[in-house]
Amino acid sequence: MIKIEKLHKSYPIGKDKLHVLKGLDLHIKEGEFVAIMGSSGSGKSTLLNIVGLLDNHDEGNYFLNGQLIENLDETKAAVLRNKFLGFVFQSFNLINYKNALENVALPLYYQGMGRKERNERAMQFLDKVGLKERADHLPSELSGGEKQRVAVARALVTNPKVILADEPTGALDSTTSASVMELLKEINREGMTVFVITHEEDIANETDRIVRLRDGIIISDEKVLKKAIV
Amino acid sequence: MFDLDRWQEIFQTLSKNKLRTLLSGFTIAFAILLFTLLFGIGNGLKHTFEKSFNDDANNAIFIRTGQTTKPYKGLQSGRKIQFKNDDYKFIVDEFGNKVQFLSARIYNNVQAIYKNEQNNYSLRAVHPDHQFLEKTIIDEGRYLNMFDLKNKSKVIVIGRLVKEDLFGGRIALGKSISLNGVTYKVIGTFSDEGGDNEERIIYMPITTAQSIYGNNDYIDQLNLTYNPTLNLEQAISFGNLILARFKEKHDIDPRDQAALRVSNMAEANKSVNQFMMVLNIIILFIGIGTLVAGIIGISNIMVYIVKERSKEIGIRKALGATPKSIVGMIMLESIFVTAVAGYVGLLIGVFTLKAIGDSLETYFIINPSVETYVVVGATIILIIAGTIAGYIPAKRAASIKPIVALNDE
Repeated sequence: MIKIEKLHKSYPIGKDKLHVLKGLDLHIKEGEFVAIMGSSGSGKSTLLNIVGLLDNHDEGNYFLNGQLIENLDETKAAVLRNKFLGFVFQSFNLINYKNALENVALPLYYQGMGRKERNERAMQFLDKVGLKERADHLPSELSGGEKQRVAVARALVTNPKVILADEPTGALDSTTSASVMELLKEINREGMTVFVITHEEDIANETDRIVRLRDGIIISDEKVLKKAIV
Repeated sequence: MFDLDRWQEIFQTLSKNKLRTLLSGFTIAFAILLFTLLFGIGNGLKHTFEKSFNDDANNAIFIRTGQTTKPYKGLQSGRKIQFKNDDYKFIVDEFGNKVQFLSARIYNNVQAIYKNEQNNYSLRAVHPDHQFLEKTIIDEGRYLNMFDLKNKSKVIVIGRLVKEDLFGGRIALGKSISLNGVTYKVIGTFSDEGGDNEERIIYMPITTAQSIYGNNDYIDQLNLTYNPTLNLEQAISFGNLILARFKEKHDIDPRDQAALRVSNMAEANKSVNQFMMVLNIIILFIGIGTLVAGIIGISNIMVYIVKERSKEIGIRKALGATPKSIVGMIMLESIFVTAVAGYVGLLIGVFTLKAIGDSLETYFIINPSVETYVVVGATIILIIAGTIAGYIPAKRAASIKPIVALNDE
């Protein structure tokens, strides 16, 4: 599903360059639940942005769903994002003047789906995350956990190939965090590839595979053996 | 562009962000309102000016006689210069192609009697062309014609106030009036925009007056209009030429200022035109200034709006919005707001000008109004400005990486 070979990325800082990703190789198969771990500055957010087509890479190859990503202009990137990727952000990134239903329906608007159809579909996904009753509430009227559930519903509504979650629980308390993680696990059990970025050990332990980054290099990549403990 | 879904999206954005919408709308409406008002008042001043120069034909040249003040060619000073019919002919022969209308004038005062009513009036004996020189408006009947002159007919055309005095509400046309004891038939009545005095006048054929009141071929004054194809400079030199030729004809010292006077409307027009030009420049300057202020206002607001929305734009892009759809959205919003607000400002402005009407006449403002095409043009300019002002930041916002926009808190 996601295949990365010798990926390099650096950012210009004044006249110098900050080399953030130093030749990553990573292969995530369909249906996997992967956590990228690392302290801040390890390059994990950069990796997610590149995988999410929010940013481009300097060197190396990136295959998304078997398609080589190169020379993408913004328009092509937007279409691919809409088709293959669903985002969940730490700060939710809901549009504050749209209610929950409209936020969830927005990606479908950019797919060109009719109003009635997209509202039906958005309602279906709000129901899936347990927020059917809150459909007409504005983000400001929702709790943090609810906001993140709306964001998850929005990520799912286009039926993407991969869910990319950037610190999805970073702004939530532990109880809410657990329920959001439970939701992501459930989605994964239904066959969705989920790619989570976190710096919290217990969140990472909820996934099936942990990739650890340090200074732009993968230092470990191992399966989680939690099932044996339970 | 006419995608219903897209407009719903735009209406939602506009109605959910009322302050922003109001702010940009207000700027545009205010700019157009000011533009309309200032332009309208400027035009009101212009109207006043035009009206005060509307009495006589604005290409008229009047030639009057006086007494010489300098001896010349053995003739003494103090000699009275008298025009005669051959002076009229002189103009026709010498300057025919540069003259549009030409009429001689004889002045007289007459006592008019009709039945029991009587009053004193100014009499002007003229040629038929005089109608156009004086901008006489025939209300009933007709003006004098060449046939009247040829036959020295005892016919007169009376002013609106003469008719009112002598006839009241009754019919004047075809009635006979006695002027200083001679009976004349009324063949027409007229009005004149030059004021009441111009409407207390009686016109009669010049030949009739010459035979009855003097039995000579004297003329008091020569009035003409120059050919409108002459420009002002040509018209002024034409006036000077007439003066020089007449001085020569009547043996007047070329330096004598009093013996012959030529009043040339072209000279007055020149100063009027200069004044109007200055007025126009001022109006134009004010108009452009207001528009520029409006353009700067809307540009600032658009830049601010796009900046404020950069996070939203980032979100939309992450969800699959193409740069084109982002630019389109912002521009359509801006065009819609500027068009509606511009129209509102225009309506308020036009209605205010209508309401003012002639109430400011004491301040020399008559019928302040704006040509529709000017305001519509101004509104279109503002819409285009708003579009460009929205396009540049929108284009930039749409081309920055979504991640940058998302991180922009």
